[in-house]
Amino acid sequence: MATTILPAEKTKSQPSNWKNWIGVIPFFIFAILFLLLPSVRLFVGSFTNESGNFTLANMAELFSQKVILDAYKISIQVSSITALAGGILGFMLAYSVTVGGLPKSLRSALITFSGVASNFAGVPLAFAFVATLGRTGFITAIMKTYFNLNIYDKGFNLYSFIGLCLTYLYFQFPLMVLIMAPALDGLKKEWKEAAMNLGANTFQYWLKVALPVLLPSILGSMILLFGNAFGAYATAYALTGGALPIVTILIGAQIRGDVLHNPGLGFAMAMGMVVIMAVSLGGYSWLQARTERWLK
Amino acid sequence: MTWFSKFRKLPFWSWFWFLLGVLYFVLPLYATLDFSLRMERGTLSLKAYEVAFSDPQFLNTFLYSIFLAVMTIIFSIALVVPTAYWIRLRLPQARRIVEFITLMPFVVPAIILVFGLIRIYSSPFEIPFTSIVIMQPLTNFKVGTNILIIGGYTVLGLPYMYRSVDTGMRTVDVRTLTEAAQSMGANWGTIITKIILPNVRTALLSGALLTFAIVVGEVVLASFLGIPAFGPYLFLLGQHRAYEPAALAFTTFLLTWAAMGIIQMVTGGQGQAAGAH
Repeated sequence: MATTILPAEKTKSQPSNWKNWIGVIPFFIFAILFLLLPSVRLFVGSFTNESGNFTLANMAELFSQKVILDAYKISIQVSSITALAGGILGFMLAYSVTVGGLPKSLRSALITFSGVASNFAGVPLAFAFVATLGRTGFITAIMKTYFNLNIYDKGFNLYSFIGLCLTYLYFQFPLMVLIMAPALDGLKKEWKEAAMNLGANTFQYWLKVALPVLLPSILGSMILLFGNAFGAYATAYALTGGALPIVTILIGAQIRGDVLHNPGLGFAMAMGMVVIMAVSLGGYSWLQARTERWLK
Repeated sequence: MTWFSKFRKLPFWSWFWFLLGVLYFVLPLYATLDFSLRMERGTLSLKAYEVAFSDPQFLNTFLYSIFLAVMTIIFSIALVVPTAYWIRLRLPQARRIVEFITLMPFVVPAIILVFGLIRIYSSPFEIPFTSIVIMQPLTNFKVGTNILIIGGYTVLGLPYMYRSVDTGMRTVDVRTLTEAAQSMGANWGTIITKIILPNVRTALLSGALLTFAIVVGEVVLASFLGIPAFGPYLFLLGQHRAYEPAALAFTTFLLTWAAMGIIQMVTGGQGQAAGAH
C-alpha cells in the first residue's frame, strides 16, 4: 500500500527512482496498446466530424436523436430493474445462508452455485431461457398443461423487455450473493447482543443497527449490478437477435455498418456508455469504502 | 402456542428465499437438459449431443477457443506475475495505478473494447508524419486478429488474474524469498520461474480457470473480429437448429461448473465472478 511505505525506505529508493519503473514497463505498454489507445480513439472520435475537425455536434446529437435516447432509456430501465430485483433476491439469499439460520453446509453450496451462475452468461444463457420460457419452453408447457394458461396469449414474450430482465436476473442475483455474503459475515454478534440487552427486538435490531451498517454496501453492490447489466451485449443479442434496441445492441450495429450514418455519433454513444459505467464503478467503490469502516 | 413458537424458531423466510433462489438457478438448467434430450420424438436420448459433437465445425471452433484460452492464460501470466511481483518488491507506489488499470474492463465493456480496437488497428501502421507503411492493419490478416483477440481477452481477464496473483503473493513473503534466492546467486529469470511461480500456483490456477471460463464461450470480441471461435459458432447454430444448441449450452454450463468447482477446491475461498455477459 502506497501510504504504508516507511520514510527510510522511501529515501533509500529515491536516487534510482526511474530504474524502479523498469519492471512495470511491459504492463504499461500493454495497457497503452489495448486499453488507452482504443479508449482515446473513441474519445477523440466522439469530438470529430466527418471532415476531421473538432465538433460538439456529436454530443449534442446524442441528446436529440430519438433512437439513441430510447436505447439509453431501455438500457437504463433493464439495468435498474434487474439491479434492484437481483439485489433484493441476492441479499435475501446471502442473508439466509449467513445469519438467517440455515445449515452451514448450504452456504458453500450456494456460493459455488453463485460463482457458476454469475459466469454462465451470453449465448448459452439465452438458449437456456429459450428452453425454459420460450414458446415451447418448459415452464410455458407446464403452464399450458396444468393451469390451462398460455402465457404468450396473456402478453408475455421472452424476446422482449420482460424476457430480457428475467434472463439478466440469472447472472445478477448470484453476483449480489457473492458480494453480500462476506459483508453479512462482518456483522458482529456483539451488536445484536447489545441491542437485545437494551430491549430491542429483531426487527428493531435490523432497522436501527444492521441495515444502516450494511446500507452503503447494499447500494454499492446494486450499482455494480447496474453496470454489470448495462455493459451486457451477448445475452441480449442472442436472445432478441437485436430486436430490442438497447445501447450495446445499437453500438454493435454501428460497428458492423454505420447505421447511425455518422461515425462520430457512434463514438459518442460509446463514450456515453463509458461515462455511465465509470460513474457506477466509482459509486460502488466509494460506498464500499464507507462500509469497510464498520465491517473490518 | 408451542407449535407457533416452534414454527417461529424454524427459519421459514430463510428457507423461502433459499428455495426461491435455487429454483431460479435450477429451472433453466433443467429445462435446457430436458429439451436437449428430446431430439428423438417420444423418447429421451442423447441424439442431440451426438449430432452436435459430430459436427466438424464444432470440434474446429471449440479447439480454436481452447487454443485462444491457453494463449491468453500464458500471456496474462507472463504479463501479470512479473508486474505484481515487481510492485510488491520495488514499486509499491505503482500499486494504485496498476490496480486501477486492471479494473478498467468494468468501465470499458467488451463491446466498447472491440469497437476501439477495430477502429485503432484497422488502419495501417505508418512511420509518424510520413505515409510509409511499416505494417498492414492488424484486422486484415489472421495473425493480426489473433493478436488483437488475445490482447482483448487478456484485458477482460485482467481484474481476476491480477487480483488472484496479488492475493497469492500476499500470502508468501516474496521479499524474503527473493533475498534468499539472490544470496544464493539466482538471477531474475530463475527467481520468477523457479521461486515465485511455484509459490503462487494456486492463485495462478484460479486465475487461469476464470480466464478459461471467460474465453471459451466468449462471443463479442470473436464475432466482431471475425474469429472462428466457439461462441460465434454456437450463436449461429442457435439461429437454425433447436436441439443441438441446447445440448451445447448445457455442455458449456458443465464446463463452467467444472472450472468454478476446481477453483473452489483449490482456494476454498469465496469464488469470484467474471463472464462475458
